[in-house]
Amino acid sequence: MTAATQDTAIRTGRITRTFIYLVLVLFALFYLLPFFVMLVNSLKPLSEITGGNMMALPQDWTIAPWASAWSTAQIGVEATGLKPFFLNSILMVAPAVIISTVLGALNGYVLTKWRFRGDTILFGLMLFACFIPFQIVLIPMARMLGLLGLAGSTPGLVLVHVVYGLGFTTLYFRNYYSAFPTELVRAAMIDGAGFFRIFWRIMLPSSGPIIVVSVIWQFTNIWNDFLFGASFADLDSMPMTVALNNLVNSSTGVKEYNVHFAGAILAALPTLFVYIVAGRYFVRGLMAGSVKG
Amino acid sequence: MRGYFGKTLTAMAALALTTSVAVADDVEVLHWWTSGGEAAALGVLKEDLAGKSIGWNDMPVAGGGGEAAMTAVRARVTAGNPPTAVQMLGFDIQDWAAEGALANLDEVAAAEGWDAVVPAALQAFSKYDGHWVAAPVNVHSTNWVWANKAVMDELGIAEPTTWDEFVAALQKVKDSGRTALAHGGQAWQEATMFDGVVLSVGGPEFYKAAFIDLDPAALGGEQMVEAFNRMATLRSFVDDNFSGRDWNLASAMVINGEAGFQIMGDWAKGEFINAGKVPGVDFACFRVPGTAGVVTFNSDQFAMFAVADAGAQAAQAEMARSIMSPAFQSAFNVVKGSVPSRTDVPNDAFDDCGKKAMADLAAAAEGGTLIGSMAHGHANRAAIKNAIYDVVTAHFNGEYDAETAAAELVTAVEAAQ
Amino acid sequence: MTTTTDVDFRTRLQDWIPKLVLSPSLAAMLVFVYGFIIYTVYLSFTDSKMLPSYDLVGMENYTKLFALSAWTTAIINLAIFATLYIVICTVIGLTLAVFLDQKIRGEGFLRPIYLYPMALSFIVTGTAWKWFLDPGIGLEHTMHLWGWESFSFNWIKDRDMAIYTVVIAAVWQTSGFVMAMFLAGLRGIDNEILKAAQIDGASNWQLYRRIVIPLLRPAFLSAFVILSHLAIKSYDLVIALTGGGPGRATELPATFMYSYTFTRNSMGIGAASAVIMLMTIAAIMVPYLYAELKEKGQ
Repeated sequence: MTAATQDTAIRTGRITRTFIYLVLVLFALFYLLPFFVMLVNSLKPLSEITGGNMMALPQDWTIAPWASAWSTAQIGVEATGLKPFFLNSILMVAPAVIISTVLGALNGYVLTKWRFRGDTILFGLMLFACFIPFQIVLIPMARMLGLLGLAGSTPGLVLVHVVYGLGFTTLYFRNYYSAFPTELVRAAMIDGAGFFRIFWRIMLPSSGPIIVVSVIWQFTNIWNDFLFGASFADLDSMPMTVALNNLVNSSTGVKEYNVHFAGAILAALPTLFVYIVAGRYFVRGLMAGSVKG
Repeated sequence: MRGYFGKTLTAMAALALTTSVAVADDVEVLHWWTSGGEAAALGVLKEDLAGKSIGWNDMPVAGGGGEAAMTAVRARVTAGNPPTAVQMLGFDIQDWAAEGALANLDEVAAAEGWDAVVPAALQAFSKYDGHWVAAPVNVHSTNWVWANKAVMDELGIAEPTTWDEFVAALQKVKDSGRTALAHGGQAWQEATMFDGVVLSVGGPEFYKAAFIDLDPAALGGEQMVEAFNRMATLRSFVDDNFSGRDWNLASAMVINGEAGFQIMGDWAKGEFINAGKVPGVDFACFRVPGTAGVVTFNSDQFAMFAVADAGAQAAQAEMARSIMSPAFQSAFNVVKGSVPSRTDVPNDAFDDCGKKAMADLAAAAEGGTLIGSMAHGHANRAAIKNAIYDVVTAHFNGEYDAETAAAELVTAVEAAQ
Repeated sequence: MTTTTDVDFRTRLQDWIPKLVLSPSLAAMLVFVYGFIIYTVYLSFTDSKMLPSYDLVGMENYTKLFALSAWTTAIINLAIFATLYIVICTVIGLTLAVFLDQKIRGEGFLRPIYLYPMALSFIVTGTAWKWFLDPGIGLEHTMHLWGWESFSFNWIKDRDMAIYTVVIAAVWQTSGFVMAMFLAGLRGIDNEILKAAQIDGASNWQLYRRIVIPLLRPAFLSAFVILSHLAIKSYDLVIALTGGGPGRATELPATFMYSYTFTRNSMGIGAASAVIMLMTIAAIMVPYLYAELKEKGQ
């Protein structure tokens, strides 16, 4: 039975399949193109970039830019490369992603399966919160963090990212759970299962794909955030993007494009890693067991 | 019970005090000097302070010529957690001083005699209400032209000294099939050219009337129309792909001989040196023709924020002293491509262009022709600077003709006031 | 273990647990979002420059704002950009998700390729795109080298076309994520429903149009909210790709807000523009959300 439900019900002919593959591959090329530009140029000496064709393959292959971006490039006064900032980012991203995803899942669960008067309005309020421009948040948030004693610290950054990610994670889970059969939850309630037990035993096991979406979203946004990192971090909590930005965005200095590109790819590795690992949970049939009860 | 509590509290308070004094012996420095040369130059200061056993907590935030850093400062101050020293430009220092956020450096300044050696035009930014609040690190100037020497020699171009000679030289380069003027289409780069062009049209008097006094008659007058016409002339010597180009790629065009000239501030020198070119041999630097004797400057300064405890204040004063020491001024500026902010620093360590710039600065400071650069926020406040940017860029991109641009300049500046 | 009072207590607790679980999120929302919005509305009536000030000046900031031609440009650009971006991303995202859902060999390989653009910070990717789109060094130049002399692609340098290059780069960055959202939705659909319809003789096309797409409705809502949020907040993208240029042709409200609040030290005008933005968003989103959520509620 599991095998049967893992199949897609759609059957396609040979010509359709060829067409599908063609489209998929063409899009893959479209997505890869800028990456190609970055990769190729990160393997060239700088003179080849400023002096020649930026789309061409390197004549003189070198990995020096990568080594430089990782450990010797100038980020601030000290030439540390991006290396020391990785840990800061991970210490900030991991708790922020976990907390916001868990809260989002619980909120989505309450809003769909434990409904009460006014819940739709509350959800609407949370959704609208997604649209608050970060520019207006900065100053009052700085004041709040100062009052809470969290200014310039990793917990402060975690708080900021959880708060402004909640709207999204709630949205994802609420919309996903709204398609989840309520009868199953009812049946469990009648069996005497409590709030958390139902969540843990019934909702969570079938939430694979949406957890992936939520984690990818949060991980990417928080990892790549610059504005909050630059404004609310201290020297001990300065995240990766601020360092990358310092590497790339000097205004009156010499621009080493090859090092910039290498740095950008390095900085993206953790996110890519998450995509590949999380992607495994995009498997049809995760739901099958519980849907069939 | 109460007595016991009271005692512990006092003890804890005392402990907190001593630790905070110990920690405060560091300086926390917010800046945007993150490229190799710049950061290495700043490293000199760090070493100097380390020698006085003052620690350096680095807080670099690059981006947009300090824009990102200025945003970060606002967040830090609002959170009640200001850095000790912040790299700042021109009017930002005055704005922060007006908020009462900056420290008073009069004691160090008096002891070191800053008043006598720092040009008055710089002091106008480093002092607020007669008190020193910031220590100037360097002086950049914006009215420079960078030229490829080989191209000039090949085409028999002599260093132009008047606007017409410059246009003729550009024409020669264009006729040879090269791009005459390397330029990047970003608002600040266009404004940097505009600095030089306005000076070349009306000299320092007109420049001051327009950009510092914001006199509508100057902003909208015939001379301004002529300045915009000259910008249009320059536009005709720029290639079609200029829009959005980074300034250093424009420099690379001159370095490679693809282009003849670039109008850019003296930080461009670093690009040439970095490419292994020798000043005076491979490339030439001269003032924008028609602006000789005048220096439009911008100066990076470290604004010192008001910090509460004595240890931090001592560290801060020590840092200000180090910044202004001739040894650091020389070491830093040789690397950075700018010139020292005090006029009594020996020029031995500087290259040809640097020596020329130092002599120009001293002469301009003497003759009263050292003027703040509009393009780099040393002529007026941010709101007005950007209003001028808008019009200059719009004109350069063909949205306005010269007459409309001059008229727009008056309205834009008025609206921003 | 379970006495009667215990049960009573437990059922009452069960009633309260959901609300308790929701309350921290709500409290955070009220303070950090709605509190800050009210604060911003207040600031928009003050003469705030570099830092917030509390001296009221009435409607002055709004009058100044609407006198600025750049604000009008920004609003028009946003309308063009948001419409194209949302529509194209949704179409591409849905197509790719549906195609990937056909038991594709190499799905595990293709998925990260579609998603990876999200991983790269636009601070640097913008440079790669800028070069690629630059006629002098990028695509046009390469095509000329390959012998296609008449090929021309200079949108990024053209004041009227530059906004479309922003759309291209934005679609590149997020359409993969939209694909993931739809894929999650598709994988949540019970296959038995599809099989039943198939037995009734529905074609693939009908299957998708009549059954799958209606079932994906919540995913469409998510996609719409996410995409419109990204469209409105697009900042890095524009700064890295065009810097708002040529001239100010690609200015968007987000870049406008940032520059007036922070770069130009006109916090009052920045706040006013934020308020106008929020009102516009509310005018579009509230009816949509109302319709979407009300139907669900029944």
